[in-house]
Amino acid sequence: MDEIQDGLTQIDCDILVIGGGTAGPMAALKAKRKNPNANVVLLDKANVKRSGAISMGMDGLNNSVIPGYATPEQYTKEITIANDGICDQAAVYRYAQECYGIIQELDEFGIRFQKDQNGEYDVKKVHHIGTYVLPMPNGDTVKKALYRQLRKARIQIVNRYMATRLLTGEGRIAGAICVNTRTAEFLVVRAKAVIMGLGAAGRLGLPTSGYLYGTYENASNSGEGYAMAYHAGAGLANLECYQINPLIKDYNGPACAYVAGPMGGYTANAKGERFIECDYWSGQMMQEFFDELQGGKGPVYLKLNHLAEETISEIERVLHIVERPTRGHFHAGRGTDYRKQMIEMHISEIGFCSGHSASGVFVDEHARTTIPGLYAAGDMANVPHNYMLGAFTNGAFAGLDAADFIADVDFATFDEGEVVAEQARVLAPTKRDDGIPPNQIEYKTRRLVNDYLQPPKVTAKMELAQQRFEEVREDMEQGMYVRDAHELMRSLEASSILDCADMAAAASLYRTESRWGLYHNRVEYERDDENWFCHTILTKGDDGKPAHSKKAVQPYVVEIADDEKDAYYNQRVDATVAAE
Amino acid sequence: MPLAQTATTVPVVVNDDLCIADKGCTVCVDVCPLDVLRIAEKADGSKTAYMKYDECWYCMPCEADCPTGAVTVNLPYLLK
Ligand SMILES: Cc1cc2nc3c(=O)[nH]c(=O)nc-3n(C[C@H](O)[C@H](O)[C@H](O)COP(=O)(O)OP(=O)(O)OC[C@H]3O[C@@H](n4cnc5c(N)ncnc54)[C@H](O)[C@@H]3O)c2cc1C
Ligand code: SF4
Ligand code: SF4
Repeated sequence: MDEIQDGLTQIDCDILVIGGGTAGPMAALKAKRKNPNANVVLLDKANVKRSGAISMGMDGLNNSVIPGYATPEQYTKEITIANDGICDQAAVYRYAQECYGIIQELDEFGIRFQKDQNGEYDVKKVHHIGTYVLPMPNGDTVKKALYRQLRKARIQIVNRYMATRLLTGEGRIAGAICVNTRTAEFLVVRAKAVIMGLGAAGRLGLPTSGYLYGTYENASNSGEGYAMAYHAGAGLANLECYQINPLIKDYNGPACAYVAGPMGGYTANAKGERFIECDYWSGQMMQEFFDELQGGKGPVYLKLNHLAEETISEIERVLHIVERPTRGHFHAGRGTDYRKQMIEMHISEIGFCSGHSASGVFVDEHARTTIPGLYAAGDMANVPHNYMLGAFTNGAFAGLDAADFIADVDFATFDEGEVVAEQARVLAPTKRDDGIPPNQIEYKTRRLVNDYLQPPKVTAKMELAQQRFEEVREDMEQGMYVRDAHELMRSLEASSILDCADMAAAASLYRTESRWGLYHNRVEYERDDENWFCHTILTKGDDGKPAHSKKAVQPYVVEIADDEKDAYYNQRVDATVAAE
Repeated sequence: MPLAQTATTVPVVVNDDLCIADKGCTVCVDVCPLDVLRIAEKADGSKTAYMKYDECWYCMPCEADCPTGAVTVNLPYLLK
């Protein structure tokens, strides 16, 4: 295993789904059920059985809209406000209307959701305004349950192939080029429609631990989704709206205030005082977090040590089993007992991820990108605050629409030269006898991201970053060296990470205002609704560099009153209350 | 490339007395999302799984799915 081998195979399918994490499997299932004759291929860099963010399970649904607790109108309003109004509501509203049906389907798959004594869903309030968080008592089974459905539906699964570039022709999607991560052999997939569910750009910033994979996001999601869409000519929206999260210091796992909050836990400063009313992640909340740290009142903590023993044991049971099961080991190693100490948190490395913020490949309410036949769903598509249920639901929309799309089209012809060029690009690091290993290219890119792109954003620093990225790109293209197929996968990831870093810098420089709290805090500029109440769309320019345009926010489906618009800016606890 | 020998402690440890790679098991290698585990041949010709690349996300499918409980995932020292 791992020796580099020559080889290229071509296969055809009706629908190619890239990424078998969360959105991808649901897209494949929906497409296949809608059109049982369609040949649906689900391809993943890892093994679909245990791939993606939900590999070991999830604590609950963070954004469920359940009749009796919330309405689609309320939810759409809340997400619009959380995103400073820059939100095409149609996609959010459709999600809000249809996610309940997906919950019922997941229920049928055997995934249980918490119910109260009366058998009603036990939904918790975590957001600033509405009630949307639904715990999953057997959340550790979610991926297994999904995998069973894929087998039952006879979806063809291709593991350990990494997609590297999309193929287009005749003004629409034509397929994708993929590389085997253990042999370096190529697989060209011709497809009438392609659905991308490649997850977040999880390795953009560098964790302060110095370990490359100590990230919050699933580390196999290295930004290929964004890079592939970019090189294929698709539009990417609002990339300057970074994801940046409050996480457990060093461990970089979620502190899970969403679990602990409804049970009485909260975010506190070093004195144990509560300083924000709401622990739901938003740019505005992150700005308060940042201010507390800068204001000398940090570190910031998740506080549980005032809670009763039964409550703490229950929190431990939930948090230490699913999602990131090593969390218990981490706390044990540090001697942190929730009963006695608070849990130190910090602001994590930055990334792209609509799962928790808003940026990503531009899609409409059918998950269609700007390239006909190409879809995107989950963390990499720009529907804001997707989370897991958003990945499932928007994945479903993509699958349903793709099933219709393929009915009327044949394979688009593409330029064979693109495959030859991609083979040359991919294999270049294997043709050298010496050079820079991919992990050093990656480390340097990510260190520069931390040093120069992390908010608060400063123009001169971001321009410096662009210069340095160019130097790294030159080194990567001329001097990167790999010894086996595994390192080749890492070299391709390093290239995607660098593409994402370039896009992050360019997008942040383009929007000359501050927006979304800390996410796009440009210290030299105030918020400017007159010029910047719009999406920014990044595409690949004719010179091969990022090009930008503005796109109007679509008319709202749900109106927002003037006095509601800034609700997310009113999160600070007025007179900081002492802990009881 | 001049190779350096920098020591590192790897987070994933396999108890080779328990590992049944000899009988054809490759479960941990198959499930790892970062693809960092491999099967090695030991001096006596028998086989065991081991961590070949120090690129772990400490996510734990390898430990959870190993049929004999041979895998232990520790946190990488740098973030312990
Ligand atoms: C630690 C953690 C905790 C979370 N907790 C919650 C929670 O409690 N509730 C909630 O609602 N949400 C939660 N989320 C968010 C939620 O899990 C994600 O938003 C959602 O699962 C994303 O789905 P996805 O399909 O976009 O990405 P993923 O599920 O990550 O899938 C992406 C897939 O793409 C594959 N891939 C990547 N690159 C390539 C390539 N080049 N070629 C082929 N395949 C590729 C990957 O291997 C992976 O399988 C959490 C996320 C994390 C990371
Ligand atoms: S899963 Fe367990 S028994 Fe199987 S190869 Fe891995 S360590 Fe050995
Ligand atoms: S903990 Fe996760 S990344 Fe690390 S070896 Fe096990 S399966 Fe692979």
